[in-house]
Amino acid sequence: MIDSDAGMEFSFNRVAAMVRRYWYLLRSSWPRILDLIYWPTVQMLMWGFLQVYISQNAGFFAHASGVFIGAVLLWDILFRGQLGFSISFLEEMYARNLGNLMMSPLRPAEFLLALMIMSIVRLSIGMIPVSFLAIAFFGFNLWALGLALAAFFANLILTSWAVGIFVAGLLLRNGLGAESMAWTIMFLFLPLTCVYYPVAVLPEWLQYFAWALPPTYVFEGMRALVIDHVFRADLMIQAFAFNVVMFAAASFAFFKLLQSARVQGSLLQTSE
Amino acid sequence: MDAQNTSAIVVDQLVKRYKGVAAVDGISFQLPPGSITGLLGGNGAGKTTTIAMIMGLVTPTSGTVSVLGMQMPQHRYRVLHRMNFESPYVDMPMRLTVRQNLSVFAQLYAVQNIDERIGSLAAELDLTEFLDRPTGKLSAGQKTRVSLAKALLNKPEVLLLDEPTASLDPDTADWVRSRLERYRSVQKATVLLASHNMGEVERLCERVIIMKRGRIEDDDTPAHLLLRYGRETLEEVFLDVARGRRQSEAAQ
Repeated sequence: MIDSDAGMEFSFNRVAAMVRRYWYLLRSSWPRILDLIYWPTVQMLMWGFLQVYISQNAGFFAHASGVFIGAVLLWDILFRGQLGFSISFLEEMYARNLGNLMMSPLRPAEFLLALMIMSIVRLSIGMIPVSFLAIAFFGFNLWALGLALAAFFANLILTSWAVGIFVAGLLLRNGLGAESMAWTIMFLFLPLTCVYYPVAVLPEWLQYFAWALPPTYVFEGMRALVIDHVFRADLMIQAFAFNVVMFAAASFAFFKLLQSARVQGSLLQTSE
Repeated sequence: MDAQNTSAIVVDQLVKRYKGVAAVDGISFQLPPGSITGLLGGNGAGKTTTIAMIMGLVTPTSGTVSVLGMQMPQHRYRVLHRMNFESPYVDMPMRLTVRQNLSVFAQLYAVQNIDERIGSLAAELDLTEFLDRPTGKLSAGQKTRVSLAKALLNKPEVLLLDEPTASLDPDTADWVRSRLERYRSVQKATVLLASHNMGEVERLCERVIIMKRGRIEDDDTPAHLLLRYGRETLEEVFLDVARGRRQSEAAQ
């Protein structure tokens, strides 16, 4: 009836079970799917029209068409990637299903991998249609960035997962009292990672913080590509190095918080 | 081979303190394979915390728990696929259908022939007509049966039940008890049942552990408890223990 080695090692079968669980949930609710698409669309349209207006009135932006739309689309990868991860995790808390999962053979690493996969699924549902709308409305083709887009995406999604993993640890340890962190933590990155302006705009002392965050390199790289038509591979490599550190730190924090949650007995009572 | 090695569950000097307050205070017991034991106690007696520590969900402050020869929580992944549980503190995801929920958990527990297993459990627990209905649309009794189906999916050798018939009407509760009796007799599983329901414990359990304020106040067969306390029902015994009446006083 049961595989003899079941539960002993990392299992992609259990990861698949969790992905299936989230897929069932997503497809059972059209408002959940609509929610994935409508806000990125609103953002893209707002920043796109703003860029059109500014470029008609300022010489520099006339040469830098697509900077704002590119920024907003990449920001959405970062923001929606983390949100997709965290919302799937929160669904377990809302459903009071966390106890079932924590007392099953599902390992935390398998759980996290399933959440990462779901963040890509949710992101794709939202971002792919929006990227085509950007072509239709503003002639900005995100896909034309080619290999650069792959490098931007890989770095941004890694950061979003690292933040998502840290937030999941906070939720395990503190219950739904930490829920607001899941929704707002990424906004801390918005001014510091210089999504819409160059790092040079920041005061010098703040630039040190900005350069310690992987997305800063991505947004600088995007501007270099769109404005100067130069792909800065060096920036992508530095972003990746910072991402490795950030991901390792977030994973370490998650397992420490999980350990603490077991000691505090907060895994059964995950309410406020 | 000593009893400790042959027992399905061994709890030894188990303590759990939250901010200095003892939820479980130095309890010890061993459950032989195939036994069915009731864990009785009022609210806050430490039953749920004890079960959570046996499942590896809560780390003990001190003492040890071993299940099927494995130390918990250190080696929980060696044994969790051979255990299962049901508790009113957790739910199945409401938007998923019963079939979807059971198939996800079957995959988590590495059950083979998943469709066949779900089909046979649904027939046994009278769930066949609800399999494609969202779990959240079911009545309390039907949801309890779904939770029970989830708990039996992997044919667990150790089954932990935390108030399995809480909030059920007497007829449904009786029906659930009869299914548990059947499962235990067919599978020879070790069952630990935490309950407030004395009738349930009296009917199902061959041994009763009574807890109060995190400690074991008594531990015996239902018949011996009735005899020693001079009572007709376990409920009366429970009240004697809860109100601190000694056996000698109670027997007078």
